[in-house]
Amino acid sequence: MKETSIIISGFGGQGTLFAGQVLAYTALDNDLEVTWIPSYGPEMRGGTAHCTVILSEERIGSPIVGNPDIVLALNLPSVDKYESLITSGGMLIANSSLFNREIEREDITSLLIPANKIAEEIGMARLANMIMVGAMVKLNPILTMEMVKAGLEEHIPKRHRKTLPGNFEAMEKGFAFAEEAMG
Amino acid sequence: MTKELLKGNEAFAEAAIRAGVEGFFGYPITPSTEFLEHMARRMPQLGRAFVQAESEVAAINMVYGAACTGKRVMTASSSPGLSLMMEGISYIAGTEVPAVIVNVMRGGPGLGNIAPSQGDYYQMVKGGGHGDYFPIVLAPASVQEAIDSIAMAFDLAEKYLSIVHVIVDGNMGQMMEPAELPPMREIPTESPPWAVTGAKDRDPNILTSIYIDPVEEEVTDLRLLKRWKEVEKNEVRYEEYALEDAEMAIVAFGTSARVASSSIRDAREEGIKVGLLRPITLAPYPEKRLDEISEQVERILVIEMNSGMMLDDVRRVVQGRVPIEFYGRMGGITPLPDEILDEIRRVDTNKTEVKGDPREAWMARLEKNIMGEDK
Repeated sequence: MKETSIIISGFGGQGTLFAGQVLAYTALDNDLEVTWIPSYGPEMRGGTAHCTVILSEERIGSPIVGNPDIVLALNLPSVDKYESLITSGGMLIANSSLFNREIEREDITSLLIPANKIAEEIGMARLANMIMVGAMVKLNPILTMEMVKAGLEEHIPKRHRKTLPGNFEAMEKGFAFAEEAMG
Repeated sequence: MTKELLKGNEAFAEAAIRAGVEGFFGYPITPSTEFLEHMARRMPQLGRAFVQAESEVAAINMVYGAACTGKRVMTASSSPGLSLMMEGISYIAGTEVPAVIVNVMRGGPGLGNIAPSQGDYYQMVKGGGHGDYFPIVLAPASVQEAIDSIAMAFDLAEKYLSIVHVIVDGNMGQMMEPAELPPMREIPTESPPWAVTGAKDRDPNILTSIYIDPVEEEVTDLRLLKRWKEVEKNEVRYEEYALEDAEMAIVAFGTSARVASSSIRDAREEGIKVGLLRPITLAPYPEKRLDEISEQVERILVIEMNSGMMLDDVRRVVQGRVPIEFYGRMGGITPLPDEILDEIRRVDTNKTEVKGDPREAWMARLEKNIMGEDK
């Protein structure tokens, strides 16, 4: 593994920064080099929010990338922005609950996942982010489900511990959806 | 100690606490605010002084006063905040008391924006405040290096009775990276001999930056200059990457250097012999090493997130021995690894002599690129 760059992008409040931190902590626990960098502009105050996570076995140079390997797009503006930028052979996982169009790129792995709908079905509307993470670890097990679960368990703040089972369930649902969709 | 995932600003603040800072005086400004917030939480817990002042002007003068007591003190801000502090910084320098000042730089000039920039190079490295003084300037390029730099900054400030600027850009303040914090240092119980601590049973210490008699001021300025020459002799720090067989040297600092190191790795895979000189101390500048590199390489490419400020220092040292090219992004834009890779390829294939200001050609290319991005 040379270096893998992941962008998680969506509306503010969809938990994109948190999802990225879960991946970053997991990478740390598994002795990988990692950088996590948020968008911190006025967009944090109500508009779109994204973070870039880079995982590597070697020292990381740039913490930002123009052409990410993996994009988790939680809304349509994110799909529109990143579909054309993903590296050839990369991956786009898009939250199809919030838009209705096809993915045009054929040189990337793409998965449309109704993350909001699945989240509502399990009674946790705010966990669309972790459903997307679950789908990602199925499609690119650079970090495995076990690793991410352990990472979340290790680093989640005490006051949020009660949300652990919900987070796990959300990841499993996303994982199962990706498994079924991709065969 | 083990590595933790640490957010830049919070880690820098905690590093200062571990280094024994006893007073923090500041005013919030993006993208450095988490620094102050961390201090607001932690300093009172430890019984140390934290003041959110009414302005940056007040904050730096609190640093000035507190520094005169011989305690470790500091402030942290971002570009426009540093502009407001400049008068106080000059007073601190003129009084010859130590202070550490962190600048998490953002796009400018003016109010600008809150995006990452290196546009304060001139202001930080060349002084910024009035008069004959020479700040030490450290420019770390990772969260870990910034943690280490802040601890070192206090030691340097005290050793040379100097201002030490630690400058990073907004990327560094906001990013999270695995890093290790040092153990908590003991706070010294004894004051340095020059400190104003109450003059019971001893002659008073007088700390001032007023020398009405120009002769006295000249004596002071000569003392500052001699001290600076010691700094130049002892404290130059830099890092190199892939320079051993390099035909092209990139010179860059901070985030620009990090991004360039990614591009260099890719360029090396294409067989381009390119390496990196990354000054860690921007003042004193690694002149001797750059001088040697100018004898080794065929071309130099300077990369900055500003309009070509460090470029001046590189040109000053290289003195026309090899062609220098420049690539910069301004206004809060961080160059991407592919942009720099394209520059490396261009400089590698286009081996023309560059006459005059390397910025001229870059400006023309940039203008074209920006117009292209708009379409």
